[in-house]
Amino acid sequence: MISAGIDIGSRTIALVVLDNLDMVQSALVDTGYTPVETGRELVSSLRPGVCVTATGYGRHAAKADFARRVVTEIRAQALGVSHLYPEARTVLDIGGQDMKVISLGAGGSVEDFQMNDRCAAGTGKFLEVMAGALGYPSVEAFGRDSLAGNPGTKISSMCTVFAESEAVSLLHQGIDRRNIGRALHEAVVERALGLLQRVGYEAPLAFTGGVAMNPCVVSLLADKLKDRVWVPQNPQLVAALGAALAR
Amino acid sequence: MTRDYRAMWESIGLDLEAHDQLLQALPPAYGSVYLGQDNRPAGMEYFDFVINEIHGLRIQELQEHKAEGGKVFGAFCVFVPEEVIRAAGGICIGLCSGIEIGSVQAEKVLPRNICPLIKSFMGFKLTKICPYFESCDIVIGETTCDGKKKAFEILNDYVPVHVMEIPQMKREKDRSLWRSEIHDFVSMVEEFTGNKITTESLRQSIKEVNEKRRALLRMSQLRTNDPVPVSGKDSLLIEQIAMYDDVNRFTAKVNELCDELAVRVREGKGVREPGAPRIIVTGTPMAIPNWKVPHIIESSGAVIVAEELCTGLRYFENTVPEEGSLDDLLDSIAERYLGINCACFTPNDARMQRLLQLAREYKADGIIHCSLTFCDPYLVEANRVEKVLKEHGIPLLKIETDYGQEDSEQLKTRIEAFLEMIR
Repeated sequence: MISAGIDIGSRTIALVVLDNLDMVQSALVDTGYTPVETGRELVSSLRPGVCVTATGYGRHAAKADFARRVVTEIRAQALGVSHLYPEARTVLDIGGQDMKVISLGAGGSVEDFQMNDRCAAGTGKFLEVMAGALGYPSVEAFGRDSLAGNPGTKISSMCTVFAESEAVSLLHQGIDRRNIGRALHEAVVERALGLLQRVGYEAPLAFTGGVAMNPCVVSLLADKLKDRVWVPQNPQLVAALGAALAR
Repeated sequence: MTRDYRAMWESIGLDLEAHDQLLQALPPAYGSVYLGQDNRPAGMEYFDFVINEIHGLRIQELQEHKAEGGKVFGAFCVFVPEEVIRAAGGICIGLCSGIEIGSVQAEKVLPRNICPLIKSFMGFKLTKICPYFESCDIVIGETTCDGKKKAFEILNDYVPVHVMEIPQMKREKDRSLWRSEIHDFVSMVEEFTGNKITTESLRQSIKEVNEKRRALLRMSQLRTNDPVPVSGKDSLLIEQIAMYDDVNRFTAKVNELCDELAVRVREGKGVREPGAPRIIVTGTPMAIPNWKVPHIIESSGAVIVAEELCTGLRYFENTVPEEGSLDDLLDSIAERYLGINCACFTPNDARMQRLLQLAREYKADGIIHCSLTFCDPYLVEANRVEKVLKEHGIPLLKIETDYGQEDSEQLKTRIEAFLEMIR
């Protein structure tokens, strides 16, 4: 049986098509300014009659347009991670404007979850803004370079606006931008640890969402948890995969 | 609105231009949140009418009352004993403050980071756009939280304020303090209205307010059924209107609605399919027009079966005994009000016990704890709620939010995920 999941997020739209449990097609595009149209185009290649389940911020708009069902990103992440790592106990998902932590039960069920309140502190957006403030051409370059930063520099604010001015003032003090970068990544990890505490973290942890591709966040997180952190090959596709699996 | 009330608004000193903007904002919100609901009881028509006339007919009634020498008392809290005010011929109006308004003006006298309800009432007063506020001869404040307590000192610059001291514990010495506060309140109300409160006038007002409470309790009881005969949003609306509508008319209309709901229950009909997830909301008051979280909950397929809120059960559970002398009646009033499980008390175990009891009685699948930002008493007490509910295996979602809409999508995701989890 063919089923499809589409995750319409704040930064990217992901599509996963499953034939029974095998991924037979996937796609990842920028959300842009016409998310529903972009999503509709993505699924237009599918055979008519394929059940499309939407997740992400655009899920309801997608359901009103082309999708048959919706699930929340929370449930989709839980299902996707359990499919990839049946032994995983906890999920950390950091996307464009959200940070979520999910405690997993049997068969990909959600035991408990936490999500950041309203602001985008410590999410992909935060890192994007900071990359710009420190003069990096991309958030990838920012993440790579920050790995070489030394500990000891502190960013005390988690607010994107305040942290940016804090970073800029550290630059003016002559501090190496790699050290500031490291401090900013540490701030993201601190935020994630706070949420993990709240659901009662249990290893093993799977880390998903666009920020899971940032080597500095992954490495700092593993250090802090003193555990291995599982990052799937395509961390941005996990919610779409979970949506395709949703029954 | 059925008539043009501009002359009346002008006469009570409203800023007409700002008021027009407020009125323009309200009807679309009400239409999208309320009027599109499925299977609404016909008896909601009266309450829709009251909202449609929110700054019209009821204000006119208050103005007529004032023209005859009557006084209007404003209140922000369910601790203010309406019975005493009515016994002296006054009218008690719960002032709403459930919308972000006049923040710029409010921030001239208040800090920026403060409870949105406090900021809202100050904003309403300073911008002169609430005809209820402008109709009030006096405001009755209380000491349920530090923010309100200190804000009432400031409010007193613009309208006379009488503050009642609410104890923070419920020991005998606290009860004694509260009884003396009630007695002081009686003297103040008598002096302010020029009317003596008699045993009979107090007994009569206790009976009337009790009837209002019984009607609301009857509505609550009907909501223990599955399917639920009335939505949580409509119930909340009625509970909000309870605070400012004419008492006897309101009671009659709620009872009429309950007659209709009782028929629905007998016929097994409801606003949702049987088996829809049943949610209890608890936390800080939701004042008109703050329907944000209930709207998200009920648009996500669940139904709210009870509100353990000040705009809910805390307002009308427990009646006042109607027998005895004037002093007995005042003692009974004091006792009834001190039974309210507000988070201003320490400890407040009765609230936890009440939540467990409600979860059983209303067959709730989960509880959503909803607190306004900067409300320390409820935000901190949420931890006690979480502990007790966890021990009893009752799922809980904690939400902290204000009157802004920018977190609606996030809240929607969290609430939908909570419903997926408990299904």
